[in-house]
Amino acid sequence: MKAEGQLFQRLIAFARLLRRAGIPIGPGAVIDALQAVETGGIGTRSDFYWTLHAVLIKRHEHHAIFHEAFHRFWRRDQIERVLAEMLPVTRTDGVKSRVAQRRVEEALGLQKRAAKPPKQQDTVFDMRGTISDAEILRRKDFAQMSAAELEEARRLISAIRMPDDEVTTRRFSSSLRGRIDLARTLRASVRSGGDLIELRFKAPRRKKPPLVALVDISGSMSDYSRPLLQFFHMLTMKRHNVSTFLFGTRLTNVTRALKTRDADDALALCSAGVSDWAGGTRIAQALEEFNKRWSRRVLGQGATVLLVTDGLEREGGGELKREIDRLHRSCRKLIWLNPLLRFEAFEAKAVGIRTILPHVDELRPVHDLSSLASLCDALTETRTSRAHDPKHWLGAA
Amino acid sequence: MADLPKSIDETIKLLSGGAYVADRALSTVVFLALRMGRPLFLEGEAGVGKTEVAKVLAAALGRRLVRLQCYEGLDSASALYEWNHAAQMIAIRVAEAEGTASREKLSEDVFSERYLIRRPLLDALSPDPAGAPVLLIDELDRADEAFEAFLLEVLADFQVTIPEFGTIKAETPPIVIVTSNRTREIHDALKRRCLYHWIDYPDLSRELAIVKAKVPNAPERLSREIVAFVQQLRKEDLFKSPGTAETLDWASALVELDAQVLDPNLIGDTLGVVLKYQDDVERFNAKKIDTVLSASREGLKAAG
Repeated sequence: MKAEGQLFQRLIAFARLLRRAGIPIGPGAVIDALQAVETGGIGTRSDFYWTLHAVLIKRHEHHAIFHEAFHRFWRRDQIERVLAEMLPVTRTDGVKSRVAQRRVEEALGLQKRAAKPPKQQDTVFDMRGTISDAEILRRKDFAQMSAAELEEARRLISAIRMPDDEVTTRRFSSSLRGRIDLARTLRASVRSGGDLIELRFKAPRRKKPPLVALVDISGSMSDYSRPLLQFFHMLTMKRHNVSTFLFGTRLTNVTRALKTRDADDALALCSAGVSDWAGGTRIAQALEEFNKRWSRRVLGQGATVLLVTDGLEREGGGELKREIDRLHRSCRKLIWLNPLLRFEAFEAKAVGIRTILPHVDELRPVHDLSSLASLCDALTETRTSRAHDPKHWLGAA
Repeated sequence: MADLPKSIDETIKLLSGGAYVADRALSTVVFLALRMGRPLFLEGEAGVGKTEVAKVLAAALGRRLVRLQCYEGLDSASALYEWNHAAQMIAIRVAEAEGTASREKLSEDVFSERYLIRRPLLDALSPDPAGAPVLLIDELDRADEAFEAFLLEVLADFQVTIPEFGTIKAETPPIVIVTSNRTREIHDALKRRCLYHWIDYPDLSRELAIVKAKVPNAPERLSREIVAFVQQLRKEDLFKSPGTAETLDWASALVELDAQVLDPNLIGDTLGVVLKYQDDVERFNAKKIDTVLSASREGLKAAG
């Protein structure tokens, strides 16, 4: 019994460690873990590992953190822990594991020397490894913007009426007209004793489709990135399934950062997570990464994609064409928001623009707040007006 | 009806008896799910054998397999139960014509077991002489979120309340296996009730064991080459890496073609079995096939 009590204490401590490393674990899970361990039949260290893994881990992303934490925690004393730090630990995945290691070390309080906050943030959010020389890694400082300017923009953005772009689902709910709902008709008729059969109806339920925003934050777009992010923060707050990705030379998922309620906090988190503010742009690579890693996960239920970029790609050609085509084919509607459209003399001449144009459903301006408002209206509409039809630009050029 | 396994080793034996080659991690989770009576939530790429776990478990334990394939718009009428409205209507008309209908009698008659159509979830809660069935909820990510919330309720207590009929509770809870291809994230509340496991692509030796178990008539050398080639393919930059299911399909296809060893022409002709996206197939020209093939042979040599 005493041994069991000790095990329970250890499990609680282990759960606390995982929690500090960012894995959500409720108290119920710890009891489950104890129960699972006591189920018996667990002989080796590896069995113990997978038993705890089965009970405590609910997401594939958390595997690396668990792995690191397990091997550091389930050692008997400090000496071994120190030894373990010097020994190379087996890693399942080089890049991810490095982040996991850092997070676990932080949680264990081992990382005293690495108390440089900017660097820490870098590793926590930047899940990608190598940095090429060509990239200009610069973090944009939001503090440079004037407070009055920010306040004004936010006020205006929050006043925009959000899009009401519902699509029909395949589920039904009761309605005044539509198809006959036999189940409800019958229940109602029994209530009246069967003498009178009063018809009840059902109609397809409607819901808002997921919205996925791919926002270019390269140098040429830098003037727009902040108000746009504020806009997407508003959207994320007001509807349930918005995913936002930022790209310059690499792709960053900032959906979680934008879910922070406070707009300033949310944007600060975004800026901390991104290392290529106002650098170069590689649209093709960013789209390729999105298509490969994210499209199957976020474009599932008939999503609308908002691609925000000026389309000024240095390397045009086959790769971009292939990726934009794939993106177009995997979503319900692809809307291209291009700030260059504010110029009256805009013509679709640049290679990148001509490559992207045939594969989008709509092309819209996005240079000021009024165009954001009109974007919301556009999402509500079902038909594309001629002015926003991409073919119109192709023909003109 | 076979007994539940008593240890992880027994679980491995149980699964391999059904020609399922499981690694120790998966066996541990299956063992725990069986012992603790908790639903098992399996996630992974398409074709790594998530559904197969349920099928093999049902067969090995001698239980009935109840399968609920999820799709967009799946609702309680097609997942849980439905009244046979047409038959009910007729019953009401008959009662009217005979003039014997009293209100209470009628509603009692019409909402009786006779008119109840059992759908998979209700079916899985019903008692079974062979023991509680294996309930497979397949590709949950395809169903809408509303269905998930509903499922939560069923999985929590293994009971269902039908307003006109009463509460049906499972005497022994079914063995529940939920699979997802991760086309969207399943809500944490549902995952919390389950044991979670991510099934990864198998490594070379395990995949070879799988091929041997599933395609026993494939020549030894051929299966080794096939597995090594597929393993190498997964390292390539592909839109969709081939799963274990593709490996098995390919092995049976090549056995049908009487192949003894892999050669570039043969690979070129049958690549469609392994790669299912036009872009991926296009990228694999003769030269690319050659490099991947020789790399895979190197890998095979290194593995011994």
